[in-house]
Amino acid sequence: MNQQHQEDLAHIRSMMERSSRFISLSGLSGVFAGLSALIGGLYAYQLFGSDRTSYTDGASYSENINLVDKLITTAVVVLVCAFTFGIFFTIRKSKKYNLPIWTSATKKMLFNLAIPLLAGGIFCLALLYHQIYGIVAPATLIFYGLALINAEKYTFSDIKYLGFCELVLGFISLFYIGYGLVFWIIGFGILHILYGLILFKKYK
Amino acid sequence: MGIIDKLNKDFESRVRLGIMSILMVNEWVDFTEMKNLLNITDGNLASHSSALEKAEYIEVKKEFVGKKPKTSYQVTPRGRAAFKEHLSYLEKLLKS
Repeated sequence: MNQQHQEDLAHIRSMMERSSRFISLSGLSGVFAGLSALIGGLYAYQLFGSDRTSYTDGASYSENINLVDKLITTAVVVLVCAFTFGIFFTIRKSKKYNLPIWTSATKKMLFNLAIPLLAGGIFCLALLYHQIYGIVAPATLIFYGLALINAEKYTFSDIKYLGFCELVLGFISLFYIGYGLVFWIIGFGILHILYGLILFKKYK
Repeated sequence: MGIIDKLNKDFESRVRLGIMSILMVNEWVDFTEMKNLLNITDGNLASHSSALEKAEYIEVKKEFVGKKPKTSYQVTPRGRAAFKEHLSYLEKLLKS
């Protein structure tokens, strides 16, 4: 009898959770997104090194169209890789645990994540337009942090700690403008890998 | 009357517990999503939801989206109170 009531309570809890939060997010998505960012970031770093251009100096970009093209290509490849890995591991996890993916919780999570991300994207485009390159990396970190904190209600709530770390890192990098790429690699590369491993261990 | 008798008979089935749990934390949930979350068949969900509707624990809304009929569920204040009571009895039973 007791056993049955205990199972009832466990069932209630699991139904409340899986209907209101997006829990198919896999830690491995974080690890592979982080690896993509790390490799992409290091490649970009090496691009700057070989061309002897300063990353904050707007003039060096307009002289060097080739570099800008390469940087944009790298960024797009990193984005596509991270996204593909994210979707792949999410589908894999939801199949394994028999969780529905496209629920209203998922839609709410994506919507809340998208608001600060879109705002940040437009903000960064404006920075590029005005050739204020030095603020781009800190801005991506700050808006990404805000997006994670905003989406926290609809997925694993630990995601907010990653959000706070990205936010703080973004603020620090605002004061060390020449090192934007280094902070970007730490925030999007290393923090994602660490966070992904923690999430993977915790919710395995 | 023992505490066991106080447990709400309307919530005896796992499916009904599931429906109530989902509706406690979501506003309107449609038929397809409910079915997928609980991992049950159409007929199973239909019979349990109509039982809960009869007890006035949930409200059923039927509407047309384009040409397709869409059924959604929402918990009533009465249902919310009954479910909370049920939960606290379960808790007491486990403590004793």
